[in-house]
Amino acid sequence: MIASTVIEGGEATLAETILRVVSLSDYNTRIVVLATTMLGVASGLIGSFMLLRKRALMGDALSHAALPGIALAFLIAPLFRLDGKSLGVLLFGAAATGLMGMGAILMIHRWTKIKEDAAMAMVLSVFFGAGLSLLGVIQKTTTGHAAGLESFIFGKTASIIASDAWLIAAVAMISILTLGLLWKELVLLCFDQPMAVTLGYPTLLLDAVLMAVVVLVTMVGLQAVGLVLIIALLVIPAAAARFWSSRMLTVTWIAALLGATSCLIGAQLSGIFPHLPSGAVIVLVATFFFVLSLFFGGENGLVTAMIRRSRLARRLDRRHVLRGIYECLEQGAPRRLDRELAQYNPYAGVLLSDLQATRSWSGRRMRRELRHCEAEGLLEVEGQTVVLTAAGWAEAARLTHEHRLWELFLISYADVAPSKVDRDADRIEHVLEPAMIAELERLLQKSESDGAVMPSPHEIGATLEPAGPSATTVVEGH
Amino acid sequence: MDEPLEWIWVLDGWIVAAGVLCAVAASLVGNFLVLRRMSMLGDAISHAVLPGLAAAFLITGSRSSWPMFVGAVIVGIMTALLTQWIRDRGKVDEGASMGVVFTSLFALGLVMIVRAADQVDLDPGCVLYGAIEMTPLDTVAVGGDLVGHTVFIPRVVLVLAAVTLVNLLFVVLFFKELRLTSFDPALADTSGFSARAMHYALMTLVAITAVASFESVGNLLVVAMLVVPAATASLLTDRLSTMVVLSALIAALSAVAGHIAAITLPRLFGFGSTTTAGMMAVMTGVAFVAAMVLAPRRGLIAKAAAHLALAWQVVEDDLLAYLYRHEESNEGPAAAKADIASALRLSAVRASALLGWNVRRKTILQHEGGYRLTPSGRARASSIVRSHRLWEQYLVDQAGLPTHRIHGQAERLEHFTDRGVRDQLERETQFPEADPHGRAIPAEQPAASRDG
Repeated sequence: MIASTVIEGGEATLAETILRVVSLSDYNTRIVVLATTMLGVASGLIGSFMLLRKRALMGDALSHAALPGIALAFLIAPLFRLDGKSLGVLLFGAAATGLMGMGAILMIHRWTKIKEDAAMAMVLSVFFGAGLSLLGVIQKTTTGHAAGLESFIFGKTASIIASDAWLIAAVAMISILTLGLLWKELVLLCFDQPMAVTLGYPTLLLDAVLMAVVVLVTMVGLQAVGLVLIIALLVIPAAAARFWSSRMLTVTWIAALLGATSCLIGAQLSGIFPHLPSGAVIVLVATFFFVLSLFFGGENGLVTAMIRRSRLARRLDRRHVLRGIYECLEQGAPRRLDRELAQYNPYAGVLLSDLQATRSWSGRRMRRELRHCEAEGLLEVEGQTVVLTAAGWAEAARLTHEHRLWELFLISYADVAPSKVDRDADRIEHVLEPAMIAELERLLQKSESDGAVMPSPHEIGATLEPAGPSATTVVEGH
Repeated sequence: MDEPLEWIWVLDGWIVAAGVLCAVAASLVGNFLVLRRMSMLGDAISHAVLPGLAAAFLITGSRSSWPMFVGAVIVGIMTALLTQWIRDRGKVDEGASMGVVFTSLFALGLVMIVRAADQVDLDPGCVLYGAIEMTPLDTVAVGGDLVGHTVFIPRVVLVLAAVTLVNLLFVVLFFKELRLTSFDPALADTSGFSARAMHYALMTLVAITAVASFESVGNLLVVAMLVVPAATASLLTDRLSTMVVLSALIAALSAVAGHIAAITLPRLFGFGSTTTAGMMAVMTGVAFVAAMVLAPRRGLIAKAAAHLALAWQVVEDDLLAYLYRHEESNEGPAAAKADIASALRLSAVRASALLGWNVRRKTILQHEGGYRLTPSGRARASSIVRSHRLWEQYLVDQAGLPTHRIHGQAERLEHFTDRGVRDQLERETQFPEADPHGRAIPAEQPAASRDG
């Protein structure tokens, strides 16, 4: 809580406080905001590696395992004539038991049949229990002296001073440099460890480097935002970044950006509302970004994926409508065609009811699709008649040709019965690329009939047209 | 040091009772968390209940237990559900989705508690790390007119006893279902009961256990008791039912030991007593390390000992076989120690130990400055050599291996060949007189006491 800034300002109005905090004009606020932002960058970076390595909760075990080290350092430091409350001593102790805890997890995993998650939970709870016992001892002996130690559990963001900020800056620099220099090796380690081993990389050493960076970031984060909330900074930005990209480089810098932004906004918010715990506020801002990414993330976000799916479904529907019209025209003709209309429009029309019979769609779905096609200038709906435009005719011919090409391929190369081929072709034709179509043409020696639509390899009316493939099937086949 | 060790039954007895009940309740359901690889869920739930507590307080405006209990259990179950939802829909790794959910809820809880703190003392530290030492202070009168006199039982003990009973009933009644859904959820679904329902029931019980413990013994202890005793028991047995019973036993013992340690251990170093809950968690860790090192079959010592015993037996076999071949080659009755050591690739010290041991077992004896086989040693040696040569014959005869490659194979196989296998080999190779190198295959010894 950056309480001091507000109290100094006396009866500052909210607007004045906001201005002071956002413009970083106050020295304390500036230090806190800058320090937490750097912490956000560092934890976002290393967090995305931990996520990829499926060790997202390692930070959890690690930060809990640091507690006995902090308490022990405090207890033992006087024996070496050191100040038990100096940050350096405490962080040294924290790192020592943190590393021990990590070593214990790896050992348990390697030497016994216990799974990694149980090993993590065990180390976390037992080490933390030891830490609490030691804190209990400290509290009974030197009353009041231990007050500073508890801040490691909940953090003391507001009281970050310049030297802490320098420490955080140093750690952030070290993490960026390490990850940058060993980028290729570390990414390979995370994606495909066996491959890294085969290529002769020292995987154990690389893993140790990665873990060392995690330890560093966790330890400085411990005193800044506290034991539980540093876990959040390691996990949440990285998890959120995954919704924006599937490329490691992009994920990493987005995670760093999200971490930094969360800390920046969170620290400033807690400057504006000084009675709120700043660590918690930072985490809640990060959570807000996570939820935003979960739904609207550019690559894997839920809403984005939904929109993409419905777009694909629409494109498929459009293809089905156009091909349906083409086949109706081809088959029969302007059976009940409006003569007058046919005279001034060379592209004959189809009765809506005939078109409806080609697909087992609801009338609404058909009308909606026709409206979409009309808007694109592919056809015109006049009363009960659907008439293709020139562009629509070309498109329908192309689509039908592709469909039949694939049908023919299935019949001649994949031994699919002609009566079933329509449905199978339905699934694949939508994902055929031009190169693939050229290849099919060559394979089936159809190139001489350039531009012309080949006849259907099966009787069109004979097969009951199945419902269009569901969008998801096609997506999965992609 | 100056104050004597005091154990007051009225106080310490109830503290231990609360600890043991919490330990047993948690370890019972914990077995299935460990089996399902959801060990971290206890940790997640115990952090995440904070906003539930705060919400219950903000809504009801009182610190009474029931609304808080309900609020916390609801948030606990929500944690499990949200984790799963984010994992499934967002395709996020399970650990990460858990991390996102529980840290967010914890942060939310912290903010809410600070809002509530203006009105009441709701210390997040107390919620997380408990105050088991306060157990005896808050009592409920039980019995009254029925028993003739009133017994004051701490409220915490009553609550934990109820939770333990519920967990026990659940595990006993649904043991078969739990076992099947933990090991093979797909088979469970086809057998007609829903793995999903079992999963949610388990989640609910974990949440209830965590919440019931939070105010009394602290959530830290629950996390330890959910996972560590179960993992310890899994090192000691392969049977699920034995594992469940063992884990409850280990948990209870750790709880008792933890309280004793909390009172006595710091005094050894000249400090006062310390947090009981912390020491109980440490004791489960001690139990695990002990099991990891000492477990009868899976322990590190047992494994190392088995390994050493096997290595020793192999080298002993090699020694006897070497002396047998030495006799065969007519190079003199006894082999020199230096020759033996170099042939078996042993250091002088190990060679001395091996020879000394075998002299004492009367399989060899000292002779003309060297060593030779005794009759009993010769009997053992001949069956080893017989195994070796029968294998060589078999490998050439039946497996079609070239002659220069068979020795190494036979050298490995001879140590694991017993009488039955030798007879079978002999039949398969049509009762040969000599091996592919032309050396005689010794006859089977009538009283060959050694197999394996």
